[in-house]
Amino acid sequence: MTRSRLAIALVGLAAMLMLVPLLWVLALSLKANSELMADTASVFNGRFTLDNYRNLFGNGAVFRWISNSLIVSFGMTAGVLILASLAGYGFARLEFRGREMLFVIVLLGLAVPEQAVIIARHQMFSWLGMHNSYPALILPGLSAPFGVFLMTQYFRAIPKDIDEAALLDGASRFTIFWRLLLPLTIPAQATLGIFTFLHAWNDYWWPLISATNKEMFTLTVGIASTQMNFAQTEGLGFLMAQAVFAGAPMLIVYLFFQKYIVQAVAGAAGR
Amino acid sequence: MAAAMRTRGDWRNALFVAPYLLVFVVMLVLPLAMGMWLSTTKSDLFGTERWVGLANFVRLFGDAIFLQTVGNTFVFVLLTVPFLTLAGLGLALVLNRQERWAAVLRTIFFASTVLSVTVVTLVWRLVFLPDGGLLGVTAEALGKTPIAFLNNEKLAMPAIAITTIWWCIGLPMVLFLAALQQVPRDLYEAAALDNASRWTTLTRITLPAIRRTFFLVIIVEVILQFQLFGQAQLMTLGGPNNATRPIVLFIYETGWRQWELGYAAAAAQVLFAMILIAAMIQYRISSRKGVA
Repeated sequence: MTRSRLAIALVGLAAMLMLVPLLWVLALSLKANSELMADTASVFNGRFTLDNYRNLFGNGAVFRWISNSLIVSFGMTAGVLILASLAGYGFARLEFRGREMLFVIVLLGLAVPEQAVIIARHQMFSWLGMHNSYPALILPGLSAPFGVFLMTQYFRAIPKDIDEAALLDGASRFTIFWRLLLPLTIPAQATLGIFTFLHAWNDYWWPLISATNKEMFTLTVGIASTQMNFAQTEGLGFLMAQAVFAGAPMLIVYLFFQKYIVQAVAGAAGR
Repeated sequence: MAAAMRTRGDWRNALFVAPYLLVFVVMLVLPLAMGMWLSTTKSDLFGTERWVGLANFVRLFGDAIFLQTVGNTFVFVLLTVPFLTLAGLGLALVLNRQERWAAVLRTIFFASTVLSVTVVTLVWRLVFLPDGGLLGVTAEALGKTPIAFLNNEKLAMPAIAITTIWWCIGLPMVLFLAALQQVPRDLYEAAALDNASRWTTLTRITLPAIRRTFFLVIIVEVILQFQLFGQAQLMTLGGPNNATRPIVLFIYETGWRQWELGYAAAAAQVLFAMILIAAMIQYRISSRKGVA
């Protein structure tokens, strides 16, 4: 019994260590830059200010980046859900020539890491003159095979009697898909949607090389661009306010949708 | 006629998979093939290409910096994966219960997972910063000299590893939690009837039952941590003296700083081969469901 108490105490301590860096950044973000320049230990003197946040809201760049991130993340999520649902239904339910072979090829795509394709992708978009655009930020993400894999599994698990009865009633394939089966896949849509959104929102490498124009930065790249000359920066508090501003919405969304987010992330890893 | 339709299927059925396959081919298959081709050429930004066979690969294996990045990547994997796996398992074992406090702690441990790499590195640079960072301030309060972790050849990689563990601990924990939920209840009831100690129950029942997940977590984390990029690029730029330069940062800088696309593509193929080996092991584990 004492041993398990010790384990619980250790885990509690570790949880506090998890929170300390976040609290530190939150505290710094509430301090005047001039005070931080002199000494960051001034955090403990109790004089706080919202100046950094006021400056942040007066600075249009961050809002531009957030709206870019929203457009890219929602765009990619919608695209993945549509393509993966259609393809999942096709692979799970319909017969056509080469189906098995195509499905295996798509599954093989799961093993391809971003690094193996990113250079040529970058070249392709360069040739097309498409960098610094929303399509360039969204399209590569639509090719990820995970969604097709997940939706195919899900459609396969739905009893076939449902479509067969509807077929006898003269419903078309598309009607069956749209009216009957798609509503049954909502849990899978939620999992895939959340996973895709999180992935798109936090993606770093591709937007870093594709969106080189400050106006087209996603939030992730924008935050990276401001932390380059870090030690010299005069606005440590401002930088921290940015970190809080970028991180807090994700944490709040996480608190509300924790169950789905955990399922989505674990499901993607355990495929 | 109807029978023929059943066996061969209707070509129109393929229209459902066509939109995805189009994107798949253009955005994944084509760049993959092009990347392989590129790795056998000397190419630069201006699209001039010359076929050089395997010369890029020969050069890679004689390139001291590339070999160092491979070594750094392995060191990083060794610093993070065993700890993530064991700590994730430990957290799952302790927090696999119904009480409210356990739910709160699970929420805390997974929270950092949803943050982006740029927020994570921003937070941790402000922890490691010697002049005014959290550790620096703490050291001064204790009357010690602050250490510049990220500028220290020996300490920079461990600092990046700590940052990464903080960022990534949620995933192994929830994978183990999911596995623990799957262990049949009656096994524990039988153990309780036999008056088995907690330790015996853990080593004889729980751990064998989640063995498959244990290997799955290791492989998933190896693949994930092998791709270290953002933390190193944002916290140390690969320095000091290349001590924290991983393979992916080498690819990035060769490709987008020196614009040696062929050479970068060759390095990417080497990384791809390593990840493929790990992915094949993962596939073998996850397709052996139930056998444990």
